[in-house]
Amino acid sequence: MKTLLKNGKIIDPVNGLNGNFDILLRGSKIIKIAEKIEAEDSEWKTIDLDNKLVMPGLIDMHTHLREPGFEDKETIKTGCEAAAAGGFTTIACMPNTDPVADNPATVEYIKSKAEKAAVKVLPVGSITKKCEGKELAEIGFLSEEGVKCFSDDGNPVMNSEIMRRAMEYIGSFDLTVIDHCEDKKLAGEGVMNEGYISTILGLKPIPAAAEEIMIARDLILAELTGAKLHIAHLSTRQGMKLVTDAKERGIKVTVEVTPHHLVLTDEAVKGYNPDTKVNPPLRSREDVEALKEGLKQGIIDVIASDHAPHTFEDKLGEFDYALNGISGLETSLSLIHDRLIRAGVVSWEDIVRLMAFNPARVLGLKIEGIKEGAVADLTIFDPEREWTVKKENFKSKGKNTPFAGWNLTGKPVLTVVEGKIVYDDRGGNGELFY
Amino acid sequence: MSLERKDFLGLYDVKADDIYQILDTAEAMKEIFTRTVKKVPTLRGKTIVNLFFEPSTRTKSSFDLAAKRLSADVMSISKSTSSVVKGETLLDTAKTMEVMGADVVVIRHSVPGAPQFLANNIRASVLNAGDGAHGHPTQALLDLYTMREKLGRIEGLKVLIIGDIGHSRVAHSNIWGLTELGAEVRVAGPATLIPAEVEKMGVKTYNNLDKALQDVDVVNILRIQLERQASGLFPSIREYRHFYGMNKERLEEAGKDLLVMHPGPMNRGIEIDSSVADSEQSVITEQVTNGVAIRMALLYLLAGREIEDEDLA
Repeated sequence: MKTLLKNGKIIDPVNGLNGNFDILLRGSKIIKIAEKIEAEDSEWKTIDLDNKLVMPGLIDMHTHLREPGFEDKETIKTGCEAAAAGGFTTIACMPNTDPVADNPATVEYIKSKAEKAAVKVLPVGSITKKCEGKELAEIGFLSEEGVKCFSDDGNPVMNSEIMRRAMEYIGSFDLTVIDHCEDKKLAGEGVMNEGYISTILGLKPIPAAAEEIMIARDLILAELTGAKLHIAHLSTRQGMKLVTDAKERGIKVTVEVTPHHLVLTDEAVKGYNPDTKVNPPLRSREDVEALKEGLKQGIIDVIASDHAPHTFEDKLGEFDYALNGISGLETSLSLIHDRLIRAGVVSWEDIVRLMAFNPARVLGLKIEGIKEGAVADLTIFDPEREWTVKKENFKSKGKNTPFAGWNLTGKPVLTVVEGKIVYDDRGGNGELFY
Repeated sequence: MSLERKDFLGLYDVKADDIYQILDTAEAMKEIFTRTVKKVPTLRGKTIVNLFFEPSTRTKSSFDLAAKRLSADVMSISKSTSSVVKGETLLDTAKTMEVMGADVVVIRHSVPGAPQFLANNIRASVLNAGDGAHGHPTQALLDLYTMREKLGRIEGLKVLIIGDIGHSRVAHSNIWGLTELGAEVRVAGPATLIPAEVEKMGVKTYNNLDKALQDVDVVNILRIQLERQASGLFPSIREYRHFYGMNKERLEEAGKDLLVMHPGPMNRGIEIDSSVADSEQSVITEQVTNGVAIRMALLYLLAGREIEDEDLA
């Protein structure tokens, strides 16, 4: 079975492609790329892409799939459907499930579920057992299961001694530590960013310093240990400065930001909508501008959604009681296009680096991109498509989005995983095939 | 006569004209207090629910009395007696109130934004009786009323609010109301109790009380929650009293024209000395009286949206 994708506009800075090409797929591979390929056989499935953008399959390296343990929020199946609809062909999932992915059996369970899912899944292992910050998880055994990155994510390791040893140990396997940087004591009972908005809303504040102190600590420990450090969802201006400085000093650090921290400020919390409650919290205008500057300067390596699905009840009622998190997979790329690419902050080439090549590098994946012989993981995006974000249309079980009702320009319309079309929204029905 | 709004959740977005309308309505209500029969039939047949998720004696009884003087039917539910303890959500409690026919739900809640959530989800009017550190608009309005009654105006007054500004809904609502009406607002307290970027609300901040007190017309002294000390926000009660307590010496230094206010309940001998609380300059008990008038005015303006003015007669 061959699939011929005609008249797509390929964007692939690694393979130096930027222009209209036809792409021929056979099985799971790309077998030919040329300016014109004509179907030689009526058996070929031919799709006219009509100038839509064709990118190497995008990777969201920060998601929560909630399974095992919290299947009412999301399952590996529904999370992967959401990923396909968002234009992602590979996602990494965080270990804060129940049980925590701190052991080979849980990782194996996730992988076995993922085999039947729409997209590819890479489990992140925990740094410490049960993400309790006390004893190291069995990092070596986890690495034998293919785990490349380790994180205690929302429950970051507070004890600097443990973190130092974790970096040394994980570094010795040439694997990466991902940290959600938050000084839990300093953040206290805070529920939103500290500033004018928290003051007038009367909500308990989280100072930016709670994030920055841990970024600084981690950078110092990364320097001490020589380990590879990836900072998750950086959200503050001072944090950007710390990372910029660390990169200049040659520390092996990569850094990620989320679409919501690039698009929303703490102003969005006015009205107490629990869907705007997220950790790290939505920050000030100055912070958002600093993140955009970091993108322009090439300091930021990765954009990832921190997809954090929750149930309706988790987000019902008083802001203080709502759980943190945004269901982000299905709005990520459209937000980036609508708010950043169209505004000239970044180019499509930048986005392919930020959402495909760089996350692949951090996750230790082979970087092939779009070339003959490569695995056919492709994200196809219609930059003209206008649509409205509707919770009820989400494939994710988590309907917790602060972007409901937003009109966006541009949408992923075809997602190809290993040569197979798993998602097709060209007709507007968002159909899944897998 | 009415306010062009279903709910009254804070003073953040309330314009001067509306504030004056409420104060003037309260003045008419206060006149009722001088009658032999202190009751009018204005809200007869209306149902008002007091939903108190936080202990409160003063505000709750004030709302209770206000509703009764307007002849409304009143139901009071407080946390200890409602099913909240059984884990019922705020939404379901409120919906229950609604099907029982509530016209106005008065809510006190420890979580900021809870009244907003309620307002978004029920058809009845919602009146905020204090939500966390967010707002306490009826308290601020009664403070404004008292200032105007005693000093004849609000515009141009210098008003100092002392104490735990960060955790105080009273301070928040006072700042919005006072600045909207053209008063100059100062806040004073230890740096640990002053919230971030409060200056953007249009106030001047002071950490030195004696400096802050210079040339002010009104002091509004906030209750200091004793648990703030335990959570490390100031070292000791005696140190707080020394630096931020309103005592006889400070009152004398400030002069005889200074109006002394406190939203209650007072910690006598801590943030306010008895000699100050009971002085001629103190209007703390008048605040309580005016509170009933303000709450009558707001219940009337919300519940009585379709009632004619003459019913007040």
